[in-house]
Amino acid sequence: MISFDFKYFKPSSVAETIEAYNGVHEQGEKALFISGGTEFITFARTNKIYTDAIIDSKGIPECNVLEMRDDNLVIGAAVSLNKITNSNLFPFLGATVKQIADHTSRNKITIGGNINSELIYKESILPLLLVDAKVKLAKGNDERAVLLNSVFNRKLNLSSGELLLQIIIDSSNIDLPYISLKRTKFSKVGYPVVSVAAILKDNRLRVAFSGVCGYPFRSDKIENIVNDSTIPVVNRIDQVMDNLPSSIVDDLQGSREYRAFVLKNVLLDVMEEMEMGE
Amino acid sequence: MNRHNGTSKAFIHLHVNGETKEVGVRNADTLLSTLREKLGLTGAKRSCENGDCGACTVLVNGEPSHSCLSLAVEVVNLPITTIEGLLDSPVREAFVDKWAIQCGFCTPGFIVNCHALLTNHPDANEEIVEEWLQSNICRCTGYQEIKEVIHSLLGSNNHSIKKTHPGLSK
Ligand SMILES: Cc1cc2nc3c(=O)[nH]c(=O)nc-3n(C[C@H](O)[C@H](O)[C@H](O)COP(=O)(O)OP(=O)(O)OC[C@H]3O[C@@H](n4cnc5c(N)ncnc54)[C@H](O)[C@@H]3O)c2cc1C
Ligand code: FES
Ligand code: FES
Repeated sequence: MISFDFKYFKPSSVAETIEAYNGVHEQGEKALFISGGTEFITFARTNKIYTDAIIDSKGIPECNVLEMRDDNLVIGAAVSLNKITNSNLFPFLGATVKQIADHTSRNKITIGGNINSELIYKESILPLLLVDAKVKLAKGNDERAVLLNSVFNRKLNLSSGELLLQIIIDSSNIDLPYISLKRTKFSKVGYPVVSVAAILKDNRLRVAFSGVCGYPFRSDKIENIVNDSTIPVVNRIDQVMDNLPSSIVDDLQGSREYRAFVLKNVLLDVMEEMEMGE
Repeated sequence: MNRHNGTSKAFIHLHVNGETKEVGVRNADTLLSTLREKLGLTGAKRSCENGDCGACTVLVNGEPSHSCLSLAVEVVNLPITTIEGLLDSPVREAFVDKWAIQCGFCTPGFIVNCHALLTNHPDANEEIVEEWLQSNICRCTGYQEIKEVIHSLLGSNNHSIKKTHPGLSK
């Protein structure tokens, strides 16, 4: 049972959303946006989060879009992970989000909720970082579309009251060769010990990681190493391990040493599958 | 905008098993607690309350959903089917025939999920069956018998599965 009370708003437009947010804010109270609401509910039940009001984005038409518009794929923040996979509009993203949680949960977990999750994994961000996706954000009367890479650093850096509306992907990046490999502790469903996604664009491998450090990341330094065909693959992998952006996570899901071992093997699989040998 | 007058409680209408029920809830009440404690529908079971076990599975708009991971106020206007609404489902009978029940605690969640699987994928392949069944845990480990239930109904053109889907708007 959730021990605290809160107001519930379900706006049907961006304007109503901002109105609801401002109304709560003006009373000196805290408002939180939700999409699937699953993380909010589990965190609220265990008192890891508090809010005076929640604003449910599932009624906002822009947040429910899932379609090609001109040369872009547009995905609303409140679209469920299963809808993305089943649409087959972007197979790389579909395959990656299919590895998150279990089938029933994916009916409710949304891409916007996963990207903004307080947990360290946010696996759906990996393909989006690799294809230079844009995000459309709304705050007050302003809407802006910016490169995800420019606002994502360990987490999506939204200012207070800013809402993620949509994710926009250029169609030229949708059909590139890809691989998405996730390793869990024991069962097929679970948080990643290591999750690695990669694509080949212009003969260069782009690679992004989750479960390795305390946040998902893509790194220029690491991509330069994996693409250096003058060095044997095993040595490249050793260099990647020496150039991770921070120390490897060490927790109940997997010790630092175990995660390092799994990461090396996954990287080897990725390099082999994408034919990145000397 | 649905704002419930900016209060923390509301009277809402839930469409459950083909009937519309008025119910007073805290916005903080989950669908699971509302079904069990306000509507007397105790078939959906409370277990992990964390999305991990599937014991609380119901159908929301025909799709399996963990009722512990929904607020009751989120599903206003959506058709909800609980195990009590699937009394005539052939899946229920097949669970008995195949001895797919031991202690029975996980059974309602499994039946609801299997019913949705067969409705949405009457010719599901092994990969789809595996993917869907991963959402439910059976502490008594009766997985083999549960898979046999699915296989006994797959491709059987069992139209009664679709008919016994109260409240489904699709
Ligand atoms: C059973 C289970 C297994 C899981 N396994 C995995 C896994 O393997 N890998 C993984 O990556 N994750 C996993 N998760 C975590 C899950 O992906 C996240 O908790 C995710 O946040 C849930 O999405 P949601 O839409 O329900 O989020 P919500 O509860 O709606 O929101 C989560 C956070 O995002 C913010 N937010 C939501 N929408 C917006 C928006 N439009 N704009 C701005 N902020 C917003 C909310 O304020 C909140 O802080 C699992 C979760 C469950 C329940
Ligand atoms: S009680 Fe809902 S998934 Fe376990
Ligand atoms: S029959 Fe006992 S938990 Fe499944």
